[in-house]
Amino acid sequence: MKKLTLFAVAFFTLTAVFSQSEKYQAKMKELVSQLDSFNSADAWTNLANTFERVGDAEKTQWLPYYYGAYSTLMGANMKTMGQQKPDVTDPAADKAEALLNKALALTKENSETFCIKKMVATMRMMGDPMNRYMQYGPAASEALEKAKEMNPDNPRVYILEGQDKFYTPEQFGGSKSEAKTLFEKAQQLFATFKPETEMHPAWGKTTVQYFLSQIK
Amino acid sequence: MKKLFFFFAAAVSVISVSAQTKISGTVKDNRNQPLAGANITIKDSYDGTTSDSLGNFSFTTTEKGDKILEVSLLSYKTFEKPVKLDGTAQRLDVLLKEKPNELTAVTVTAGAFEASDKKRTTILNSIDIVTTASANADITGALKTLPGTQQVGESEGLFVRGGSATESKIFIDGTQVNNFFYSSTPGIASRGRFNPFLFKGTVFSTGGYSALYGQALSSALILETIDLPDQTSANVGASFFFGGGGIQYLDKKKKYSWGANYNYTNLALAFKLIKQKQDYFKDPVFHEGDANFRIKTSATGMIKYYFYISSGKLGFRSNDIDTPALKSAFGLDNINMYHNLSWKEKIGKGWRMNVGVSYGTNTDKISNELQNDAGQKQTISSPGYLLFKNNNLRSRGKFLQSRLVLEKKLPGINALRFGVENSFSDEKADITLYDGTTFSDTVKQNTFAGFAETDIYITNYLAAKAGIRAEHSDVLNKNNIAPRLALAYKFTNQAQVSLAYGIFYQNPDRRYLPTPYTVDFSKAAHYVLQYQKMNSVYSFRTELFYKKYDRLYKTGTSFTGKEVIANADGNGDAKGFEVFWRDKKTIKNTDYWISYSYLDTKRDFLNYPSLLEPSFATKHTASVVVKKFVMKWKTGFNAAYNFATGRPYYNLQYNSSLNKYVVADQGKTINYNNLSFSLNYLPYLGNTKSNKFLVLVMSLSNVLGQNQVYTYNYSANGQRKEAVTPPSRRFFFIGVFISFGVDRTQDAINSNL
Repeated sequence: MKKLTLFAVAFFTLTAVFSQSEKYQAKMKELVSQLDSFNSADAWTNLANTFERVGDAEKTQWLPYYYGAYSTLMGANMKTMGQQKPDVTDPAADKAEALLNKALALTKENSETFCIKKMVATMRMMGDPMNRYMQYGPAASEALEKAKEMNPDNPRVYILEGQDKFYTPEQFGGSKSEAKTLFEKAQQLFATFKPETEMHPAWGKTTVQYFLSQIK
Repeated sequence: MKKLFFFFAAAVSVISVSAQTKISGTVKDNRNQPLAGANITIKDSYDGTTSDSLGNFSFTTTEKGDKILEVSLLSYKTFEKPVKLDGTAQRLDVLLKEKPNELTAVTVTAGAFEASDKKRTTILNSIDIVTTASANADITGALKTLPGTQQVGESEGLFVRGGSATESKIFIDGTQVNNFFYSSTPGIASRGRFNPFLFKGTVFSTGGYSALYGQALSSALILETIDLPDQTSANVGASFFFGGGGIQYLDKKKKYSWGANYNYTNLALAFKLIKQKQDYFKDPVFHEGDANFRIKTSATGMIKYYFYISSGKLGFRSNDIDTPALKSAFGLDNINMYHNLSWKEKIGKGWRMNVGVSYGTNTDKISNELQNDAGQKQTISSPGYLLFKNNNLRSRGKFLQSRLVLEKKLPGINALRFGVENSFSDEKADITLYDGTTFSDTVKQNTFAGFAETDIYITNYLAAKAGIRAEHSDVLNKNNIAPRLALAYKFTNQAQVSLAYGIFYQNPDRRYLPTPYTVDFSKAAHYVLQYQKMNSVYSFRTELFYKKYDRLYKTGTSFTGKEVIANADGNGDAKGFEVFWRDKKTIKNTDYWISYSYLDTKRDFLNYPSLLEPSFATKHTASVVVKKFVMKWKTGFNAAYNFATGRPYYNLQYNSSLNKYVVADQGKTINYNNLSFSLNYLPYLGNTKSNKFLVLVMSLSNVLGQNQVYTYNYSANGQRKEAVTPPSRRFFFIGVFISFGVDRTQDAINSNL
């Protein structure tokens, strides 16, 4: 009987541990699968909140916070659609940065976190480009440089660079053809890119397809 | 064993039949406004949802028992509530309290125009200043397009709400600057000495300013210099009347920076191209140098030092008003030096410290001569006063101000600030008359001040700023105590109302000292009511004010013929309202603002015989400033229209039988109109491959060539009057400024290797 109890305890403990990580993986898989689809602003906010809840419940995982930050930024992008709306973008940048900092407390800086850092700086700049260009322009390109340095094969680095080229007016150094080259490079990298696990960052394929379809 | 199995089966079945609990409700702020995007969760579980645009939420959870429901939203305090999850549906109306937040909280703004990095909505920053067409890259020039200021063109300074220029004081990093402007020349307004890009923050208060500052009856312009520059760079600038350059070095670890600049100005060519009313026998030539270092002492601590030195010479003749056949020649030789050292640091436990010292010296050598057409000195003894037209004045001043401010952060965003300040000035003037006799006078003033101020946030929407300032002046041997109080209330729609009240004291103007009479501080009381609605796109502001002056100085003539303070029996008041509207977005790539000021003021001061509308004030003043950037051409087009109704002018004659001044003649000038235009061309804008940045600037004042009369001068006998007009009908400027980002050059070199 004692043995049985022991066995039962061990079994249940194991199951508990296993099921916890199973639950985490299942939830993350479900959420991550939504990242590459076209979401409304509200859907992104909901996704960001859900990732944050998972992160808060898990306490040791950086990925939920990382995705929370990414979803927050995407939500703000959907809301502004390229318009200058600092009342939307500034709080989103604050929120994303707070989530990124939570992620960075759990993992070392890597190519993916630098991509988020770049996106945060760009979002801050977009709030008032004329006055903030000097401050956040260099911060954004510095973060992107770091992201590239840490993993030159990260397709998201080239997506972000391509988006900059795409949206910047030509007289300000933007170029649709250079953007195309960068998106194509990202596409090539996606062909061979393997995320560490199914939960690790892999987003961007549909973004690349969208932009390539816009550049003819 | 059977029992055990049974037990397990029962347990499992209980789990499987366990009902989910539905939780729904609303999330609102404490003004009953719905909050969207709040994250609602059962703590430590994945279960939860997000509130919709009406603040509604609903979700089901499989969690059981005593748990904590958490509702969080950025910039709000997280809400937590214990819940018992037992399958029965629950409804919750959640009220989130806004976290005290410096960015969203109401700010006490009555009387002030503020622009800084911290505030995300700005009124006027350095780029605004250099792109305001009528400002000619001069800080006070741009401020003259804001409500509350007068369009005075014949002398420098800010004339605010019926106050004279001496009632506006300028502070850099906390300490007062005594020679902010180049030395005065008769009939021509001097520019400010400082480059607008030296400053990152500007607070221009047209009334009711903080107890941290004093000695200004009307207005305080509070400038904060930049911290570390963004990058190492070199810059050069050139025009047809100046050339200069400098470098700014930023340490790789971004711990410190230093820089130095030199500028040479020579107006000889400019005055050949643009005919001046005055006949220059010595074209203005200026040498100016400045140097700075900034050291980051900690995450928030910074030591800043700025040094400025300049020498300038000029001389011109103009028609002498008393002797139409002759000219009066004015010569000026100036040397000016200024140091400013400041240190700010967090010293732990919510305390911050700000220490500042500024020291400046200024020497003016002025020569006045009556000359004939050939430029020869004329000594005319009849009438006798013409003899006094030949004189030399040498004045030098030393100014030292030191200051310590301590700030304690109180719970929330409440704060307490207090400090002490000492201003010392030593000014000596030697005047040498036509016959070689020299009179000298020295005025030393030592003024001590202690002040305290507190920011009280009653809620995030209602705040008060209460302050008190006490001063002692040893030249007056008097003390004063000045209370200041401001309140602000913010509505839900970004609008706010503010109220400000304050008493302000000022020492007598050096010009009318020394005096044998005992006098006291001049005094002004301000009452300001403001309504403001602002967001990142537009700003609307309107103010109603009343200002009461007491103990303004009255002057008389000393035995040497100098105008000195006789008593402090003067008084006056000013009332009016102002409107400001700025819109950066409605018209694409166009930023414009409109300001209007109504001013009703009278004062009895200096040699005025009674209450008069002062000659520097007018009822209606308005400005329209438009800036349009055309991306395709990389060019900004800027225009400004300044309008003011005519100003009164007086001929005040001394009536010896009445033993006082009387108004012998008076009138009003024509309305003032000025349309200015400027253009900035930035060919390298956005070119990330280029390591240089070039700005080509062109500007033209009084495009329409309208007649501009600032005021009238009278001859001593009152029989002639002459209009004071700008030195030339129009002035134009073409200049090029290039900066080289050294960091980027290195990047370019590295990538090419």
